[in-house]
Amino acid sequence: MQWETVIGLEVHTQLTTQSKIFSGASIAFGAEPNTQACQVDIALPGVLPVLNKGAVERAIRFGLAIGAKLNRTNVFARKNYFYPDLPKGYQISQYELPIVEGGALTIQVGDEEKTIRITRAHLEEDAGKSLHEDFHGMTGIDLNRAGTPLLEIVSEPDMRSAKEAVAYAKALHTLVTWIGICDGNMQEGSFRVDANVSVRPRGQAEFGTRREIKNLNSFRFLEQAIDYEVRWQIEQIEDGHKIRQATVLFNPDTGETRAMRSKEDAHDYRYFPDPDLLPVKLDEGWIEQVKTSLPELPEQKQARYRDQLGLSAYDANTLTSSRTMAEYFEATVGSLSPGPSPGGGGEQAKLAANWIMGDLSAALNKAELDVAASRISAEQLAGLLARIQDGTLSGKLAKQVFEAMWSEGGEADAIIETKGLKQVSDAGEIERLIDAVMAANAKSVEEFRSGKEKAFNALVGQVMKASKGKANPAQVNELLRGKLG
Amino acid sequence: MTDQTLKQLSALLAEGRASSVELTRDYLDRIQALNPTLNAFVTVDPDSSLAEAAAADARRASGQAGPLTGVPIAHKDIFCAEGWLTTCGSKMLSNFVSPYDAHVIEQFKAAGMPSLGKTNMDEFAMGSSNETSHFGPVKNPWDTARVPGGSSGGSATCVAARLAPAATGTDTGGSIRQPAALCGITCLKPTYGVVSRYGMIAFASSLDQGGPMALSAEDCALLLNVMAGFDGRDSTSLERAKEDYTRDLAKPLAGLRIGLPREFFAAGMSADTARAVEEAIAQYRRLGAETVEVGLPNSRLSVAAYYVLAPAEASSNLSRFDGVRYGYRAAEYKDLTDMYERTRAEGFGAEVKRRIMIGTYVLSHGYYDAYYIQAQRLRRLIADDFAQAFQACDVILGPTAPTTAFKLGEKSDDPVQMYLSDIYTIAVNLAGLPGMSLPCGFDSQGLPIGLQLIGNYFAEAKMLNVAHQYQLATDWHARAPQGI
Repeated sequence: MQWETVIGLEVHTQLTTQSKIFSGASIAFGAEPNTQACQVDIALPGVLPVLNKGAVERAIRFGLAIGAKLNRTNVFARKNYFYPDLPKGYQISQYELPIVEGGALTIQVGDEEKTIRITRAHLEEDAGKSLHEDFHGMTGIDLNRAGTPLLEIVSEPDMRSAKEAVAYAKALHTLVTWIGICDGNMQEGSFRVDANVSVRPRGQAEFGTRREIKNLNSFRFLEQAIDYEVRWQIEQIEDGHKIRQATVLFNPDTGETRAMRSKEDAHDYRYFPDPDLLPVKLDEGWIEQVKTSLPELPEQKQARYRDQLGLSAYDANTLTSSRTMAEYFEATVGSLSPGPSPGGGGEQAKLAANWIMGDLSAALNKAELDVAASRISAEQLAGLLARIQDGTLSGKLAKQVFEAMWSEGGEADAIIETKGLKQVSDAGEIERLIDAVMAANAKSVEEFRSGKEKAFNALVGQVMKASKGKANPAQVNELLRGKLG
Repeated sequence: MTDQTLKQLSALLAEGRASSVELTRDYLDRIQALNPTLNAFVTVDPDSSLAEAAAADARRASGQAGPLTGVPIAHKDIFCAEGWLTTCGSKMLSNFVSPYDAHVIEQFKAAGMPSLGKTNMDEFAMGSSNETSHFGPVKNPWDTARVPGGSSGGSATCVAARLAPAATGTDTGGSIRQPAALCGITCLKPTYGVVSRYGMIAFASSLDQGGPMALSAEDCALLLNVMAGFDGRDSTSLERAKEDYTRDLAKPLAGLRIGLPREFFAAGMSADTARAVEEAIAQYRRLGAETVEVGLPNSRLSVAAYYVLAPAEASSNLSRFDGVRYGYRAAEYKDLTDMYERTRAEGFGAEVKRRIMIGTYVLSHGYYDAYYIQAQRLRRLIADDFAQAFQACDVILGPTAPTTAFKLGEKSDDPVQMYLSDIYTIAVNLAGLPGMSLPCGFDSQGLPIGLQLIGNYFAEAKMLNVAHQYQLATDWHARAPQGI
């Protein structure tokens, strides 16, 4: 039988506020346990929550960025359950009236574009952490994370493969970091994915029974977990078993998913509106203000790169994979003076794109750096590209200059000067080199003249070597051919 | 000195005829003598009280005294006070020393009023007789075989017995007004949101409101001046300009329209209470007020709505008492669930457990719409009734409680009878309105009877005026229990 996979994602994004969603405690990562938990976070008797306006502002940004409806009145509710790292015995979340409803995100899978609808996004507080490993026979509780603001973004079950799920998660990751509402740090848990996965016979209208894979904190795990889960579900059904709704965990060591709890022992969370918090009212003026502060969004930039700069869809997507990347690209292009060629901006954009996506990305990857922390600034890169454009550097020399800029720092011009890497384009000088090489390699000259084309390349190589790589290769070719007759 | 009002004590201090230390010591002595009988205080810490009194005297000496600086006050043990045991009347918090001050406590400290101690109360403010306290029942000073009412029973008793000139209380369904009525003192439950709930241990968040308990309306006005005010740490605290609640006290009542809800006078009130309330109405007419009949047709549903909403909120509010971070924890347990279960089974009393169970039930999947949502609708209707009534009158008047103080143990086995003690007060909380109780007579057994005044939102100054004028014409509020 042909099976179809159906996936919907719930993504918890940690918001970039300074303090917690309902208290003034810091949310900075990595502090000593319980040093960033104030009396509100540890739920002392009598304390009360006060909503952090910054968290609401970030939710508004997100809603506007995905073209969603912003509920002008939205409500915080209590989700009641007992757990030691949940100090109040309830989590403050949004239930019936979330702040964001609807909206969509466009993803690119291979050559295809696909729209993934977003059901809702709601604000909530994070729980603390239970540390089971560090204490023998006991569990440690760290409440630093308790009360950290989260925006939980729930998609429709619109994805049909692990690849699509990853593409959506990546696009969402790009967007939330792009608009500055989340730092996107997956190791630190700032962007956590739950995947609802089911399978159904191709052509069947109803969904199969889903299982929810919790807390995936890398795109690779997301893909592996879904792939495993889909195979497991198909095998179960083909072996005559029914899928039972359950929450499962992915074990990265084994690559398997395993049920944590079934629907039967699901909690009754007894949601009700939190009487300590008034309904949140969104003022039109505020929404307008947030709207004007939004940067140009990835999809808008991609269209502009394609339409105005003539870049391919692939280049446009890659250069907008993060806001820092796009900013770097635009700063590089902006620093290049418009070339004399009729291609204008397009040619320079292509040159910048090639270098950024090529040598620069390779160097960044190797050093595990984000482009924002690049050792070569956009202006410096533009300085290098300008020397390619004006013929000072060959591609090969440019790579040498780039490497020197990367490892030692400094401007391209200074490196060209001190290392003497300037391309030799003086015909007289090149001819003198050619004459010397021809005299010293009479055999090769003879071979070429007797029809061996390969001998030509050997001679070019000798000339380049004699020039220490600085001779303009095109000129060498031309002049050498002329001399060989 | 302990028979004086705040107003009088304030004058004594201002004129240098007494020091705060002397005054505080007098009250502490009286507490030491009478508390073993009355059980009004859970915690007394004379050294701390006297240190605060000495600081108040020093402040006065430096010319920095406010109107109540140096006058001591007792606090209901529901208010977190830094360094003080704050038990909320429960075994669950029997070892909890608060590391911070409630907003209300901060305000009284800033006013320079020394704390005489923490007063006994029904466990987590759940009760109308003060019999649910882990620390034993409080006795009514008019008859120690009787209850003081609840849940602010310790505060009501300590003021009535002159163990403190004033006390703080909290009122979720009548917990300030009913004990004030049963103990013969004057009190005010402000409009919801006027007094910050920060640091006031939550029972039912949408209904809880702190307020003053004292010997006169004038004293309540002085206390409300201290307690009221915006607090950014409570999202339900109302951002309003500071008011002087004494500003209208002296206004004559001519032309005042008093609404008499026909439902309050229909049935259920004891004969003595009915007579006393009628006499109070006659007194108001003599003061120039006119009366109009108003209808509160949905108020009969208030007890039912309340016993859905308050337990629902309480069941969630009390979840934090889990033995993990502070408070009581069971001595022995097998695992986490067992620790939770034993801690909460041992740490909470029967009435608290009953309400947690009711609240958990009404919020459960499949019951939520039928109970919680329905009760919220009733709440809206009840508030609408009041809005309608206030079109025709300035204040509403009626009894505070259906009977005078009942005997200890008389209703403790019958929760529904107990819940009906608050039949006249609960609707006021559901609507978020201000309410007062003031003494208006005694029954045939010499027990005080309370008169309830209900005002429109933010009409505290008007209500205090209405109460004060009555107290200028009568002396019920000045009578003290004898022979304790």
